[in-house]
Amino acid sequence: MARLKPSWQAAFALLLVVLALILGAMTQPEAEALANPAAGAAYPYLGTKGVIVGLVGVAALASMLRLPPFAEALVLFVGAHAAAWLLLTGIGGFEGTAKAPFYLALTAAWLLGWRCAAVLSAMRPGQRWERVALNLVVPALFGLWLLILWEAVVRGAGIPFILLPPPSAIGARIANSLPTLGEDMRQTILKSVFIGYIVGCGAGFAVAILADRFLFLRRGLIPIGNMVSALPIIGVAPIMVMWFGFDWQSKAAVVIIMTFFPMLVNTVAGLAASGHMERDLMRTYASGYWQTLVKLRLPAAGPFIFNALKINSTLALIGAIVAEFFGTPVVGMGFRISTEVGRMNIDMVWAEIAVAALAGSVFYGVVALLERAATFWHPSMRGR
Amino acid sequence: MSQPASITPATAETARQVVSAKNLGLTFQTNDGPVQALSNVDLTIGKGEFVSFIGPSGCGKTTLLRVIADLEKPSSGSISINGMSAEQAREKRAYGYVFQAAALFPWRTIERNVALPLEIIGLPKAEQAKRIARTLDLVNLTGFEKKYPWQLSGGMQQRASIARALAFDADLLLMDEPFGALDEIVRDHLNEQLLELWGRTEKTICFVTHSIPEAVYLSTRIVVMSPRPGRVTDVIESTLPKERPLDIRETPEFLAIAARVRDGLRAGHSYED
Repeated sequence: MARLKPSWQAAFALLLVVLALILGAMTQPEAEALANPAAGAAYPYLGTKGVIVGLVGVAALASMLRLPPFAEALVLFVGAHAAAWLLLTGIGGFEGTAKAPFYLALTAAWLLGWRCAAVLSAMRPGQRWERVALNLVVPALFGLWLLILWEAVVRGAGIPFILLPPPSAIGARIANSLPTLGEDMRQTILKSVFIGYIVGCGAGFAVAILADRFLFLRRGLIPIGNMVSALPIIGVAPIMVMWFGFDWQSKAAVVIIMTFFPMLVNTVAGLAASGHMERDLMRTYASGYWQTLVKLRLPAAGPFIFNALKINSTLALIGAIVAEFFGTPVVGMGFRISTEVGRMNIDMVWAEIAVAALAGSVFYGVVALLERAATFWHPSMRGR
Repeated sequence: MSQPASITPATAETARQVVSAKNLGLTFQTNDGPVQALSNVDLTIGKGEFVSFIGPSGCGKTTLLRVIADLEKPSSGSISINGMSAEQAREKRAYGYVFQAAALFPWRTIERNVALPLEIIGLPKAEQAKRIARTLDLVNLTGFEKKYPWQLSGGMQQRASIARALAFDADLLLMDEPFGALDEIVRDHLNEQLLELWGRTEKTICFVTHSIPEAVYLSTRIVVMSPRPGRVTDVIESTLPKERPLDIRETPEFLAIAARVRDGLRAGHSYED
């Protein structure tokens, strides 16, 4: 027993593949072929059923031996993903025919993948690059399994393409439409989002400084800014299209409206964040308003300002895409989504969604990196 | 004790008055009505003196220091620093102020923190570097220039803030319970260093504290204050020599002064009851 290191995921995976073997046919064609051996029709998993069961079984058993963590993770990784690959390729052409053993085998492979991620998460490597690699591998495994399960369930259950296309089809669509996607991204992100974001955040910042300097602006402007931020974007977007035309300018205007207020409020709050003692200190140096602003109050406001920049990075993308629903030249991510939905090209809609999610994540990540560099001194950032 | 206590320079050699307050009063308007923080304070501090203000919480000792620094405006009476009004003195950067906490900017290194007042004054870079090196050496922080404040201990942070107050070479140093948050041993050590620094630089120091041994150990003069309204109840000239090793605190002379300070504090309290 000392040589064994049981894990419930591996044990459960073994149980599931045994159950799958007992239940017999993986798919409807296989069941028909078994019922009528004389016909000799081709059916999925003719030669690979044993391989799938064997892969899962061997990987599950081997993972329970006392292996070093890296070897255990490797065994699990190979077993889980080879089995999943065979399952996914085998169902091609026989969509919607999967029976219970197909899902049991899939679940078994997924459990091994889970165990693999758990083993990797528990590793405490000494080298910095190894830790960085682990921090990337574990979320990548999670994402990969989300795609595998999505693909397998959509194909196995034969879910209509209109409702939910498999990720492979979305990937193929992305690969085949790169020029279109690139054009849309250029229109929506590089023009509407970036220009709107920079102008909106810049204006919010500048007005915050003015509001700080002049009390009447703070009293009068912030309640009105609050009201503007409560305006429904769905209502504002068509008006902006009427004012600024169909091209990116109207979308940038929507983005400016959306990003202005978070920046204003956060900067005003941040400018009040420096301590009394620090302000008294600046007073004892007979420091002027602008010197105190630059040397004390703006650095102290940094964490607030970066919060607004992060919130706005996602708001800007949403604003620009939604605004394109109300009229654009025949390019842009929002335009593409609204027209391709009408033409039932759901894979193109998903492709645009994937690109938007990727672009949004990169945008957010860049702002977060800048934040880490600029506010390294803040207790929430120290020692990271 | 209904008469306002007055303080006059002890000897003729303290001819040059650095701080001179006459009949000073300060009333804060709060939501619970006016609070009299200072009442009838008369005070003269000569050049090179080390004056401690001691008293219980709420006796106005910090407020008095803040009035000297022009961080509060008196509601009555007058105050002059080096012959100027407090505001003019502040604008001329006549004093360095050390707060209860170090109040270092966490986004600046120790070196840059000390440079802060020099940048505001607008000194050339080379002069800044010279002064930073000199003042950090004065407080024994050479070698920590590139550290951030949060990487240092509380005592080192407070020393850095003293270096910052010394950096622009004002003759007057105002210190508001600078060592209040530190432990006894670090405090002793910093007191010793502060005395040495005072001896070397011949600055005038106003020092707020609520520790009797600290006040007696450091000062040439001890101003005892009492609360509600904040006022001066006693002024004690120290007879201790200028050279003061830490163990002077066991001498009968030291203990006698400490006893007098304690009596003064107690008298202020009994007035309350």
